[in-house]
Amino acid sequence: MLQLLAQQAPGELEAGLTAIGRGIVYGGAAIGPGIGIGIVVGNAITAMARQPEAAGMVRTTMFLGIAFTEALALFGFVLAFIIAG
Amino acid sequence: MMATDLPGSTPPAVERELVRDMLKRGVWFAPVILLVATVIWGLAGTASAAVAIALVTLNLLLAAAGLSWAAKVSPMALMAVSLGGFALRMGLLCVVLLALRNEPWINMVALGICLVVTHLGLLFWELQYVSASLAYPGLKPTADKEAVVP
Repeated sequence: MLQLLAQQAPGELEAGLTAIGRGIVYGGAAIGPGIGIGIVVGNAITAMARQPEAAGMVRTTMFLGIAFTEALALFGFVLAFIIAG
Repeated sequence: MMATDLPGSTPPAVERELVRDMLKRGVWFAPVILLVATVIWGLAGTASAAVAIALVTLNLLLAAAGLSWAAKVSPMALMAVSLGGFALRMGLLCVVLLALRNEPWINMVALGICLVVTHLGLLFWELQYVSASLAYPGLKPTADKEAVVP
């Protein structure tokens, strides 16, 4: 029974390792931007609370900060799909 | 106290203003990306670049719409929409790419590279026109705007 379970089709190991690698690449690339966006927005809200008249300016900077941080997630995302082939 | 709490103050929709301006520039940027993708990857490259441009546009539009709406509601909504919107947009992107990855007319390498280049290209281009001042919180003033605000 164990021998039967231990059998694997050719290329199965590679496919499995590719899937694990893809998961690690995308997972790692999503955690960083998630933390980054949290910091950007958190600090923007603090700034808006301290100086409400600057809200428009702060939001401009915040939006650009979010968009640039998101680019990192896109890098990981794209890499994960390229690894998969 | 937030800007939204002040009597008679409506926060300007700076995100929408920025994205509208970015999309205007994207009209000039998109043909260049399409042309380069066609030269490098052929017709699959053209289709992939078109999908990438559409995804970047949709991503920016959704982000701007969500943040502009949330800024009018409350700071808590702004935080929730920023982080939830990020997860939602990445999820949508994942669904679209998973659906397209086995299509014969899609080249995943071309799609990925065009996605990142379009996103970053538009952002860096837009940086030249952004104004971070109290008088003009969104874009740098044009001659018309300057005439209105002393």
